[in-house]
Amino acid sequence: MPINVISAGISTTVQDLGRPGYYHLGIPMGGAMDRMALRAGNLLVGNEEGAACLECAFFGPELEFTEDAVIAITGAELPPKIDGAPQPTWTALDVRAGQVLSFDYLQAGARAYIAVAGGIDVPMALGSRSTYAIGALGGVKGRAVQPGDELPIGTGAKAGTGKSLPPELRRLPAARAELRILPGLYNHRLTEASLTQFFKEDWRVANEADRMGYRFQGGTPLEFVAQDQPFGAGSDPSNITDACYPYGSVQVPSGAEPIILHRDAVSGGGYFMLGTVISADMDLIGQLQPNMHVRFVPVDMATALQARHDRRQQLDRIRKALA
Amino acid sequence: MSCRYSYGGDEHIFVEVDPSMSLEAFFTSLSMTNAVRDAKIEGITEICPANASFQIKFDPDVIAPEDLMARLQELEAQAEAAPAVLDTRIVEIPVYYQDPWTHETLMRFRERHQDPAATDLEYAARINGYDSVEAFIEAHSGAPWFVSMVGFVSGLPFLYQMVDRDRQIEVPKYLRPRTDTPKQTVGYGGCFSCIYSVRGAGGYQMFGITPMPIYDPEQKVAHLKEFMVFFRPGDIVKWKPITREEYDRILREVEEGSYTPRIRPVRFSLEEFNADIDGTNAKLMEALHAD
Repeated sequence: MPINVISAGISTTVQDLGRPGYYHLGIPMGGAMDRMALRAGNLLVGNEEGAACLECAFFGPELEFTEDAVIAITGAELPPKIDGAPQPTWTALDVRAGQVLSFDYLQAGARAYIAVAGGIDVPMALGSRSTYAIGALGGVKGRAVQPGDELPIGTGAKAGTGKSLPPELRRLPAARAELRILPGLYNHRLTEASLTQFFKEDWRVANEADRMGYRFQGGTPLEFVAQDQPFGAGSDPSNITDACYPYGSVQVPSGAEPIILHRDAVSGGGYFMLGTVISADMDLIGQLQPNMHVRFVPVDMATALQARHDRRQQLDRIRKALA
Repeated sequence: MSCRYSYGGDEHIFVEVDPSMSLEAFFTSLSMTNAVRDAKIEGITEICPANASFQIKFDPDVIAPEDLMARLQELEAQAEAAPAVLDTRIVEIPVYYQDPWTHETLMRFRERHQDPAATDLEYAARINGYDSVEAFIEAHSGAPWFVSMVGFVSGLPFLYQMVDRDRQIEVPKYLRPRTDTPKQTVGYGGCFSCIYSVRGAGGYQMFGITPMPIYDPEQKVAHLKEFMVFFRPGDIVKWKPITREEYDRILREVEEGSYTPRIRPVRFSLEEFNADIDGTNAKLMEALHAD
């Protein structure tokens, strides 16, 4: 018995932990922008951590349940309502057959996850149910959810109800967010003064902020070291001979507006990159709203690995709290 | 050639073989990624060869970044010593140059172009010193190309022409990228040709369109039944200019499931190629048309 989609929000997609292994063919890892929130949602409803959920950006969908279900809303503070009655986030909730889940306006963060006991049971594509819309792969017919869609629910989850994740284990970016970056890749293309300035400035999230990448505005245009462009790179100083892009890498076309590549990133191209957001901070990016202020903080590998370690411990605490 | 290594955060190592594009750089990148694959290093999750560079994605909980970096640097010498010989395939790709669909699209985005008064082909022909669009198409389709990278979006091949440097075509990308490109458009940017595998944004100049699908997530197209992506790095491509009639015929055959791309196995040696470019290409053409 499926979930009927009444309205779809702005961009609601089926996501799990993604499909690694095909980036060399231009098919990105995909998966939840905030993987920690997806994992927590699944643990709350008794799923495997990587089960498929709905990821919704900024506005929630309206969903009619045709069977009794246990659900949880995690990630952004997008207040859920069941038949119009307000419900808590980060909590396992009972929904009865015939009831409608809807949402109030977004209060914090950008992406919420709707986990359902049993998971969203769309067919697997290359080992994942994640929606990669550009490649028409995964999810519901390779696209975002639309009104009229019927979302199948899987079986076999051990759903508990009333579980809630303690507030100290939930994470959303502060009003003035910090993203830690390991400098490198092509940062030698910039003058030292320009690179230093980049890390000192106040940047704002631009409207162009989606699953492919987040654009930032407000800082000073970058200054490149003078050079003859290498053969094949293209004439703009921000061009390189088309290469692979790491997830989280910061590219700056024409030196003007940095773009951080995210889960549905293009796998490569011809723009230089000055460094890469560390893995521990990737989840935070998907929770940034347009116009939020962001600082980029340069860190070294030891700090990146320590942050990764801390993040794993945080996940262990979530697992323990919801065991 | 000495590679430049950099970390891409705590999960990637990026290796630039050469800042410039060349077949030598491409072959080093390909040999190194093959060596990395063969070494079966625990903790590596993705190996992505690119035109003159490559990227390794890894799990730093399994292998320390500096240990992986050291292993890759060891493999550099080994890969450089390996002979640049490739057992691969040559594929004939039909191209309908100056087609109505890319023409409609390029007219729609004229204000984003370097030369709003000309078409992409007229502009590319002029800045590369060709007298006519026809002569330019002859140069573009006259010699074969290497698939030097697959990526950007699903299954999109970047191609590098197998001619000496002074015959290579170079064009800039659009001043601002388009928001639309027809599926299977044959594009050009920098020194690379590409085939857009899906409809969407793009910044390359548009020269024509191929009726041959190269990506099919549903795997219904006959030649994509085994895998949804057609190209892999090291494939050799020969463009075949076709007319509207041939274009329509191939589309019908694709629809009916009877279209079969012309594909033949070939061995390529970089040393032999460098010694005699035109002779090597002529042999490749013989292999392509041998039945």
